[in-house]
Amino acid sequence: MNILVCIKQVPASSNVRVDPVTGVLIRDGADVKMNPYDLFALEMALQLRDCFGGKVDVLTMGPPQAKDVLLEAMYMGADDGMLLTDRRFAGADVVATSYTLSQGATAMGDYDLILCGKQTTDGDTAQVGAEMAEFLGIDHATNVIRIERVTDAGLDVIVNFEQEVYNQTMEFPCLLTVEKDANVPRLPSYKKKKQVDPARVRICTLDDFADQDATHYGLSGSPTSVEKIFPPEKNDDRMKLSGTAAECADQLVALLADRRLI
Amino acid sequence: MKYNTMTIEDAKYLASVIAPERVLFGDEVSHDYGHDELGDITRVPDCVVKPLTTEEVAEVMKYANAHLIPVLARGSGSGLVGSAVPVHGGIVMDMTGMNKILELDADNLTVRVQCGVLLMELAQFALDNGFMYPPDPGEKSATIGGNINTNAGGMRAVKYGVTRDYVRALKVVLPTGEIQEFGGKVVKNSSGYSLKDLVVGSEGTLCVVTEATMKLVPKPAHSISLLVPFPSIAEGIGAVPHIVRSGAAPTAIEFMQRDVILNAEEFLGKKFPDSKSEAYILLTFDGETKQGVEAAYEQIAELCLELGAIDVLIMDTDERKDPVWAARSAFLEAIKASTDFMDECDVVVPRSHVAEFIEYTHEVEREVELRIPSFGHAGDGNLHIYLCRDGLNDEVWKQRLEKAFDLLYTRAHALGGFVSGEHGIGYVKRGYLYESVGGIQTELMRGIKRVFDPNGILNPDKVIALEKESEG
Repeated sequence: MNILVCIKQVPASSNVRVDPVTGVLIRDGADVKMNPYDLFALEMALQLRDCFGGKVDVLTMGPPQAKDVLLEAMYMGADDGMLLTDRRFAGADVVATSYTLSQGATAMGDYDLILCGKQTTDGDTAQVGAEMAEFLGIDHATNVIRIERVTDAGLDVIVNFEQEVYNQTMEFPCLLTVEKDANVPRLPSYKKKKQVDPARVRICTLDDFADQDATHYGLSGSPTSVEKIFPPEKNDDRMKLSGTAAECADQLVALLADRRLI
Repeated sequence: MKYNTMTIEDAKYLASVIAPERVLFGDEVSHDYGHDELGDITRVPDCVVKPLTTEEVAEVMKYANAHLIPVLARGSGSGLVGSAVPVHGGIVMDMTGMNKILELDADNLTVRVQCGVLLMELAQFALDNGFMYPPDPGEKSATIGGNINTNAGGMRAVKYGVTRDYVRALKVVLPTGEIQEFGGKVVKNSSGYSLKDLVVGSEGTLCVVTEATMKLVPKPAHSISLLVPFPSIAEGIGAVPHIVRSGAAPTAIEFMQRDVILNAEEFLGKKFPDSKSEAYILLTFDGETKQGVEAAYEQIAELCLELGAIDVLIMDTDERKDPVWAARSAFLEAIKASTDFMDECDVVVPRSHVAEFIEYTHEVEREVELRIPSFGHAGDGNLHIYLCRDGLNDEVWKQRLEKAFDLLYTRAHALGGFVSGEHGIGYVKRGYLYESVGGIQTELMRGIKRVFDPNGILNPDKVIALEKESEG
């Protein structure tokens, strides 16, 4: 089974700073890491390869230093990587990002399965995986927590929509977005770090794509624009119950009942 | 020592000087005040007082001293050797209400706290303000007062030392009721005997610590952990002295065995990222620059591979560190959940003998026929060895336990080690302490106890008894 995993480099800290004047994320000097959701997608792919053989490749879009996130995936066990980097891709919204990734996936090869993290911790839209599948014209399932069964033709997956859990049957080729805690991701290996040849990361620009119309990418290919970015309001509401354990328990039950939580 | 039994009149007096709602007597006292985390000795106190100020503590002490009522100051009760169990009844002072962080002094790099502040609260407060409080014992819900009184160590002791190294000053109440300050915000101090250092590790037997001024360090900008799998326990633990000698200065070197990891997986209901290998060394490095931290860890990674490590797994983000450290922090609870009862041995040996000592625990396991899982701070020589009852009947259990303890403490002593690395002596380990340090040192300790607490009312019969015949 040949699997492609889409990953993203995101700020390492969850306390992202926003420039109060321009409303733009301050990324200078900030540490970066692999989007935590992508770790679960990558682990799912590596486990499938361990069971059924084949290949796990990784794809990302970003500035040149985003190559590091592909190398990190290779230290975890991925085979080959592709970095989509071009100034003409900059400023992309979810639609342009999904389109660029779909073009990159096609340029990279033929895959039975594409896996994405459910969402990123910086964009948080949870739309890119599904939109990418639409552009590729393949089926997709989101919020996958488990793969139940794998056959030659496809797979059965369990998806969790919080209110309901579905068992979905998918045919290859297809795309899945993987929910947090679907597995315990393996750790990067120092041994692999020493063995990986950085040349196995292919650098790809617009010139390598089938569709070379620059207006389909980046800012000009984005039908939406962000008006303002601001950090969410911090909610510090808290209350302290006091008294004996029994009194506290009574107060807590009364509180929860009052808010119709029980 | 003859103590007076606490009466309702005594409780009424305390209520009048403290506050009625913060004095509990007789049936009002919860059984939780009668045991500690290990729970093999129990005694519910006659009275519980919940002071909020140093002055209230002083009032209780004065009264108890005058009326010969035993008093015990208790934090979270997470101790393991019976120090927080009032074996003579009397008054337990629940210090957890004194839980305020009083002052951050960025010029002197100190923080002043009340004794009931929890370790996790102090650690978080320091981080939130750009500092680090380095001592990192596994039990984060312990109070700072408790940490000071056991001289708790924790995982970062390899590089940063133990609680004692971070105590600058203590406000204490003597058993006679006087309030005193030991030490100060100074970095150096050669002014007479260090009473502060006598109090650290005294398990609440000399005075009641009500406030502490603790040293902080600047928060390291980068930190990385390594999980290093080894094919055998001998190879894993055998790598530790080489790591210590390398000069790379990790902040933590923890040793863990596969069966303990499997216990933790079952206990937490969460998988460990890698549990295929027989033994693991867990290392942490911290420093100011990413390059510096990477250089340090790469040197050790190469060394471990040379020494037979299967691989070296890198934990560079919170998502990767958290499950591993969460499992490490749950080891004690996980082992506890794997058996009906257990006792523990918290010996410390010179680091060069850690490998030998762990190997020896396996010998004892076979010889005495007890399951003896262990884990611990391989980098500082402090091991946590658990003796599991696993359904044995009373007689067999006691006999095997005693034999195992004798063997373990005798070997530790022969290797230049001590009875306790960080959990203390309390009530249950006294005999082993006296054997280990001998008669002259025992008498010196008794003399110190007598000077601080002439009537022997403060946490009596813990660590050292005022009268020799009370040392059961």
